[in-house]
Amino acid sequence: MSNIRQLLEKRILVLDGAMGTMLQQYNFSEEDYRGERFKHFPTSVKGNNDLLSITQPDAIAEIHAKYFEVGADIVETNTFSATTIGMADYQMEDLVYELNYNSAKIAKQVADQFTKQNPQKPRFVAGSIGPTNKTASLSPDVNRPEYRATSFEELRIAYKAQIEALIDGGVDLLLVETVFDTLNAKAALFAIEEVKEERNINIPIMVSGTITDASGRTLSGQTVEAFLTSIAHVPLLSVGFNCALGAQQLKPYLQRLSHATTFFTSAHPNAGLPNAFGEYDETPQQTQQFIEPYLQDGLVNIIGGCCGTTPEHIKAIAEVAEKYQPRDCFK
Amino acid sequence: MKNSTNHFLTLSGLEPLVVSPEINFINVGERTNVTGSRRFLRLIKEEKFDEALEIARDQVEGGAQIIDVNMDEGMLDGVEAMTTFLNLIASEPDIARVPVMIDSSKWEIIEAGLRVVQGKCIVNSISLKEGEEEFIRQAKLVLRYGAAVIVMAFDEHGQADNYERRIEICERSYRILVDSVGFPPQDIIFDPNIFPVATGMEEHRKNALDFFNATKWIREHLPYANVSGGVSNVSFSFRGNNTVREAMHSAFLYHAIKNGMNMGIVNPTLLEVYDDIPQELLKRVEDVLLDRRDDATERLLDFAETLKGKKKEHDHAVQEWRNDAVQERITHALVKGIDAFIIEDVEEARQSVSSPIEVIEGHLMKGMNVVGDLFGSGKMFLPQVVKSARVMKKAVAYLQPFIEAEKDGAAQFAGKILMATVKGDVHDIGKNIVSVVLGCNNYEIIDLGVMVPPEKIIETAKKEQVDAIGLSGLITPSLDEMVYVSKSMEKEALDIPLLIGGATTSKAHSAVKIAPNYSHSVVHVNDASRAVTVVGNLLKKDNSNYKAQIRDEYKKFREQFLSRTKRKEYISIEQARKNKLKIDWNSTQIVTPKTLGPQTIENFDLKTLEPYIDWSPFFRSWDLHGKYPEILNDEVVGKQATELFQDAQKLLKKVLDQKLLKAKAVYGIFPANTVNHDDIELTYGDKQFNFLTLRQQLKKRQGVPNIALADFIAPKELGKQDYMGCFCVSTGFGTQALAQQFEAELDDYNSIMIKALADRLAEAFAEYLHEFVRKNTWGYASEEYLNNEELIKETYKGIRPAPGYPACPDHLEKNTIWKLLNVKETIGVELTESLAMWPAASVSGYYFAHPESKYFGLGKITDDQLKDYSQRREIDLDQAKKWLNPNLINE
Repeated sequence: MSNIRQLLEKRILVLDGAMGTMLQQYNFSEEDYRGERFKHFPTSVKGNNDLLSITQPDAIAEIHAKYFEVGADIVETNTFSATTIGMADYQMEDLVYELNYNSAKIAKQVADQFTKQNPQKPRFVAGSIGPTNKTASLSPDVNRPEYRATSFEELRIAYKAQIEALIDGGVDLLLVETVFDTLNAKAALFAIEEVKEERNINIPIMVSGTITDASGRTLSGQTVEAFLTSIAHVPLLSVGFNCALGAQQLKPYLQRLSHATTFFTSAHPNAGLPNAFGEYDETPQQTQQFIEPYLQDGLVNIIGGCCGTTPEHIKAIAEVAEKYQPRDCFK
Repeated sequence: MKNSTNHFLTLSGLEPLVVSPEINFINVGERTNVTGSRRFLRLIKEEKFDEALEIARDQVEGGAQIIDVNMDEGMLDGVEAMTTFLNLIASEPDIARVPVMIDSSKWEIIEAGLRVVQGKCIVNSISLKEGEEEFIRQAKLVLRYGAAVIVMAFDEHGQADNYERRIEICERSYRILVDSVGFPPQDIIFDPNIFPVATGMEEHRKNALDFFNATKWIREHLPYANVSGGVSNVSFSFRGNNTVREAMHSAFLYHAIKNGMNMGIVNPTLLEVYDDIPQELLKRVEDVLLDRRDDATERLLDFAETLKGKKKEHDHAVQEWRNDAVQERITHALVKGIDAFIIEDVEEARQSVSSPIEVIEGHLMKGMNVVGDLFGSGKMFLPQVVKSARVMKKAVAYLQPFIEAEKDGAAQFAGKILMATVKGDVHDIGKNIVSVVLGCNNYEIIDLGVMVPPEKIIETAKKEQVDAIGLSGLITPSLDEMVYVSKSMEKEALDIPLLIGGATTSKAHSAVKIAPNYSHSVVHVNDASRAVTVVGNLLKKDNSNYKAQIRDEYKKFREQFLSRTKRKEYISIEQARKNKLKIDWNSTQIVTPKTLGPQTIENFDLKTLEPYIDWSPFFRSWDLHGKYPEILNDEVVGKQATELFQDAQKLLKKVLDQKLLKAKAVYGIFPANTVNHDDIELTYGDKQFNFLTLRQQLKKRQGVPNIALADFIAPKELGKQDYMGCFCVSTGFGTQALAQQFEAELDDYNSIMIKALADRLAEAFAEYLHEFVRKNTWGYASEEYLNNEELIKETYKGIRPAPGYPACPDHLEKNTIWKLLNVKETIGVELTESLAMWPAASVSGYYFAHPESKYFGLGKITDDQLKDYSQRREIDLDQAKKWLNPNLINE
């Protein structure tokens, strides 16, 4: 694999867009989600998108290919919820290794094909590590503020299983993303550091937090700078923000982050804010217009999309990203 | 500078803390520590976590930048206690904003703490005590959990107790951490052991000195490492003699910081101001700390003996400062706020100079500069400064006739500031405090008082050629008045800075509504302590940078604010009414009031109100933050709060004994029903009165209603008779005369105090009357028994919202109350054109009795409700806009 650090010095890299938004277009039924293998599985599995890496691998590969075609340098594995904690909803904890391993394999195969076609533009696979649906520093029960639905240890063990499978499947990077509770992210980073030490490897790590609203803080209450301080003990490839906000709303926080860190920076915002029906209306042209000031001001090294973004959006982002120099980390 | 290049220790709670050299010294709060605080231990043992959290909160409010948490006690499950308490802290944003120091001698407790803290915390502590292997294991884990670490100067052979051992262990620890573990050097904090001195043991003689020298060595030889320590240990042998202990702590800290200690655990209530330590005591303390004489310990013990059992500021001590030179005496009197001798001292000073003006410019200014410096560095608090000002005023007043006799002009002032409470508003406590503080800092103040029309402000500003204008106001219509003044200033081509302050003002309002109208500086000053710096910066010669910076800051703030407010979603008034709070009226037992119609109380004995006083806001009005009564023992402001409280009690007693203030009230309950969704129709005799309520329009979660006060009253169409009350109380009669009397005696301190007290009494009266109404007049709560704390927490049934406050921001409602209860004619409380009440120490509002009624904030409303409201109120749209301005979405 080419050295991604050297590449980042030279140009802005493009990350892919949403996986879920693309999968909606396939309109998979309960039967499609199950495939042959889970025909008689006791619980409903429709909506378990990560499972499609086993039951509908061609669709997943197709989506990765679409993003590479429009110019993405990095795609994320279809593993956002593939931890024992996330899979507990579907009673599929035992599948965690296979889900991550398969997802990594699928993405890596597609990436290799594209790299082969054009070795000048090497493609990368980032293992997507989501936040899980539980928070380690917030109580879900207002009457018991000291209660926690999960713990650092539970998260560390769950994340470690996911990470080992992603690495076995061949991912080039690990992306701890949509961090709305920094303590969850710290557990993931702890697990990564453990695996790195045990295997004596040095895999690049990206971290991407989520500023939930105009308060400018994470869901767990931290400011941009406090979030950065809390994760900076790990040697990261990049730190950035994704989800919750559109490119327009995200800019001030990205500006503060970029100002405060010497790590590379990343952003993959949503396609604007959802409308009353939870849909994203922002057009690729609009996204492009909102992203361009990031590039003019030298705020990012890696840019992509989150909820609601499609290959058209990524194409528009890639077009404009090409025109600008990457951010200088020490300026 | 960027985090990863600056090599400063950077920590985080919900907010970051960068230990940069400018910060000088980080104060770690020590009271959430079971080994140091018996009270905290008891609370944890009894699982009274709410109160335990209050201790943490008080520390943060009191200025602790980090809080130390320790659960090392034999009877506690340390892992469990640490986990629970840190989880609780995480759910309190005003505590969790600062970083935590996880303090334990047991690794498993430390690790439990590390697993529940999202920010970057400090581990206190690890050491080489158990050997290198364990040290490395723990250090690696600390790093992996993302924390900084305190390293004790302790190794396999024991604790370092001399200079050589300290630097040997620290250096060895540093090399292991940096070279083998890869620990960032700036994340290492050494604790080179603070041990007691003056114990009588020969080997303890160098304890402090060795610490200082070891600190210096560490800072010079171990790059980026920090030094910390627990200071109170040093004075261990003087337990029971706080005068000596305080002096020792302060002198120790002075030398330790000079040598590079940049963090520590200090109890601020056991700390004297270094410059205030009596010379002889300081000399003997420093002889001990620095090991300067063989007999140092004996000499300090002897001296301590003479102080034993003696309180500070005892007769003897008072006499002592009277023996100082005249400048020192004047400075002392100003710093301590003692006016007993100031006239004789000033007279002595006057005779020593050629012109009386020199006493003001020399002696007095020198003293006030000391006050200013101490205040600026947080070593003095607002009430003290106001007392200093009182002494200053007396001194100046004494000198005035001599100066005029000489006729060589007035003293040179740093600038001339015009202060005014805007038209329609009568509240001036905050304005007076700012005036006094600026006055202390050598500004000439032209105070135009309250209810000042804009024309007068502009005219005076021009005539007197003032250097800045300060506007104050408390009620919401004052915000508009300030906007108007700013526009007038622009029109009249003024170019001086405009300062904005007062309870309802905000940086947001100043930035969004005021600053754009005026092409020169507009600054929001939220507390008196900032006023001096802000005015100083604005008036200095080369101020263009500062002004540009302010404009830029406000512009950015404005843009951010505007982009933020757009994002909330609102529903139409029609939809909001459909989603009203639906009380089940069929199952509601409406209690028929025992007495209907207006009732009047005159000649009420104020003594009855004493137990009803909520003191916390009183302290807030003096910029002392914290809850009463805990604030009296607060580490930082406790001493000041206690003094202030004593002074307040003294004045209160005088007021009560001599009946200097008069309390009056008018109130009544009337048949009422809701009509047309949002109006409440009251009947009194054959007349009807309509109260107009406003409804929340912010889009709510499923199941959460859009409330208006009208929802708490049964709708007319149900045919069920409901009731509603209203009231006006005042304790302000007599305040003005008293305040003027104090002012005539040049006593601003008590002039402000009497107003603050009258305000508290008015609130207490409202609380008392509400209880009386619940139990007697209305009688729905005749069984209720609540203590004052429960009253303050509003645990009773029913509410008494006041027009102009969040649930009903419309001040025009007061007109209806006035008409209904005949307030002006009955008890004499009047309304200004902005509908502020006069006297200011008055409270008016409504009574709602339904158990589901509660306080809420209206929030923003949209154009459709505004239009609807203007029709209901029968006023034109522009007028409606003016009165509801702060709540309009598009404003």
